[in-house]
Amino acid sequence: MEDVALSIEQLTVEVEGREILHNINLRMKPGETHALFGPNGSGKTTLLMAIMGFPKYKVTRGKIIFKGQDITKLPLDERARLGIGMSFQRPPVVRGVKTRDMVAACLRGQKQEERINQLAEKTNLADFLDREINYGFSGGEIKRSELMQLLAQRPTLALIDEPESGVDLVNIALIGELLNSLLEKDCPILERRCMGLIITHTGHILDYVNARTGYVMHDGVIGCEGDPHEILATIREKGYQECIQCFLRRAPSG
Amino acid sequence: MVETKSSKTHKDKAKAVAAKPAVFGEDIDLDSYVNSAEEQPPQVTPSKLPARDKKRMLEAGIILDEPGQRAGTFIQMDNAPIHSSVRQEGVEVMAVSQALEKYDWLSDYWWQTVAVDTDKYTANIELNQHNGYFIRTLPGYKIIYPVQTCLYLAKARLAQNAHNIIIAEENSELHIITGCTTASDEEAGLHLGVSEFYIKKGAKVTFTMIHNWNPEVAVRPRTGVIIEENGLFLSNYVLTKPVRSLQMYPTARCVGENAVARFNSILVATPGSSLDVGSRVILDAKGAKTEIISRAITTGGSIIARGYIEGNAPDVKGHLECRGLILTGGGTMHAIPELKGTLAGIDLSHEAAVGKIAEEEVEYLMARGLTRSEATATIVRGFLRVDIEGLPPLLSDELQRAIEASEKDLM
Repeated sequence: MEDVALSIEQLTVEVEGREILHNINLRMKPGETHALFGPNGSGKTTLLMAIMGFPKYKVTRGKIIFKGQDITKLPLDERARLGIGMSFQRPPVVRGVKTRDMVAACLRGQKQEERINQLAEKTNLADFLDREINYGFSGGEIKRSELMQLLAQRPTLALIDEPESGVDLVNIALIGELLNSLLEKDCPILERRCMGLIITHTGHILDYVNARTGYVMHDGVIGCEGDPHEILATIREKGYQECIQCFLRRAPSG
Repeated sequence: MVETKSSKTHKDKAKAVAAKPAVFGEDIDLDSYVNSAEEQPPQVTPSKLPARDKKRMLEAGIILDEPGQRAGTFIQMDNAPIHSSVRQEGVEVMAVSQALEKYDWLSDYWWQTVAVDTDKYTANIELNQHNGYFIRTLPGYKIIYPVQTCLYLAKARLAQNAHNIIIAEENSELHIITGCTTASDEEAGLHLGVSEFYIKKGAKVTFTMIHNWNPEVAVRPRTGVIIEENGLFLSNYVLTKPVRSLQMYPTARCVGENAVARFNSILVATPGSSLDVGSRVILDAKGAKTEIISRAITTGGSIIARGYIEGNAPDVKGHLECRGLILTGGGTMHAIPELKGTLAGIDLSHEAAVGKIAEEEVEYLMARGLTRSEATATIVRGFLRVDIEGLPPLLSDELQRAIEASEKDLM
């Protein structure tokens, strides 16, 4: 198995002609989970969208290496088939397309009906399979539905955008459990292959999911990298402003 | 030729409007069609019809080989009824000419839900060679399998005239699947059909109509429905194949308390097709309800999707949903939803949307590993899927198959 499964090198990304991410570097080994912190508008979602390969997010410099392959120019769907999956923060409603259809799409030709029902049971969404995807779903239902789809898709790299936003305390434990299942936390470290990159604004999800590395993003750059719990403690104590000040002191040129 | 007691009055009224254009739709020149066709031989065993004709009929939902799951069958070829049969007790299926001979009272149902002087098309039916089907369920009988009817246009340049009467007596249940189609892929023709539905107290009728024409055929159905107390009328209309010009605006009148009318339409306009299709429901009795749903896709043709709900009684409820998808350039989509209320305490609403497939939705599916074309097909399939409450599973499956058969043409 290769040592580094995801390597992002000097990545610069623009959206609609405006540069949002500048010179991002990030490396993940198989089985690792990393957490992305940062205030609203700092570029966290943009980074996930760029890794997933959404056409609106244009890489103008740098590259993304996944499983030893340069995927910088690979289309979105090919990246998904190669093993990258994403849990969206605000996925669109697709009228007429049922939750069941989405899970079936994620399973791609595997033996389906039974598996779909199992996954729905596990995510507490059995009553949602025949509903239109995301139509009238609550915040927690959206998160669980996104994770159900990823559990069907089984990506090597799971990009998780704010799994706890809009979720009540009862649901957050279930979401944590689903994330751990997705990220193979029940497997011995050396046997895990699934990686997770989780955006968390509040850090609550870290009470449930163990992340190895944390990053603070600010204004499109990764300002600092370290132990996620330590970073979270600092953010909780001093706020993002302090993190940003600290970063600016170290890198005055920006 | 059909004769009724009041024929003379009807004929006089018809003559007076022989040149009157319809309110909506392109004005069709009736002189460019012939109004009479040769008599066709009766066909006791419709499975013996030529394979080609059977195939066309099958594409419109009409099963002639092993029709085990049909309660009855009626086939009209051009203007001649060639077959009618019944396989279940409690339902009558016959040519309307025969029914008028058999039942004196039937003339009281003639031109009652649709006016003979509506336009030149209704007039043309009354004044020229015509026939049609008569279907009636006896009181209390619930007919499990659908009755199938086929209006088949065989002769080129013919104006096919049909006048159908459907009566569901009190507390009966009837399902009809009707397929209208043509023998030729390219010959011009005109299909004119009047359908009059009478849903008595507590009766339930589902009417599933699949049209399968060709790019040269013009179609002008005229439908009227009267629904009495606690009655239900459910109409499903599917047109996914090319047609030159189609205009229809069936009208259901809920005259009894708690009567319910539901209309679902699935429309696809291919290049060169011009569709003007609506559903109109008048809620005239307390507690009457309606739901009108139309899903329209253009791949280059033009569609006007109309809907009209009028509430004239307390506690009525109606919802109208018109959604249109423009898949390729060159087509037009015009949604015209209308609501009218005449007293307080009614509840009418509508939603209409016209647009293309949202890129965000396509990308969402692509992020799950579907290719762009798979993602688009999934969204279109979802768009055309209408979950129809009250339709037996057999018909629901057949309807779904008819829709799915057209999906590959859309991509």
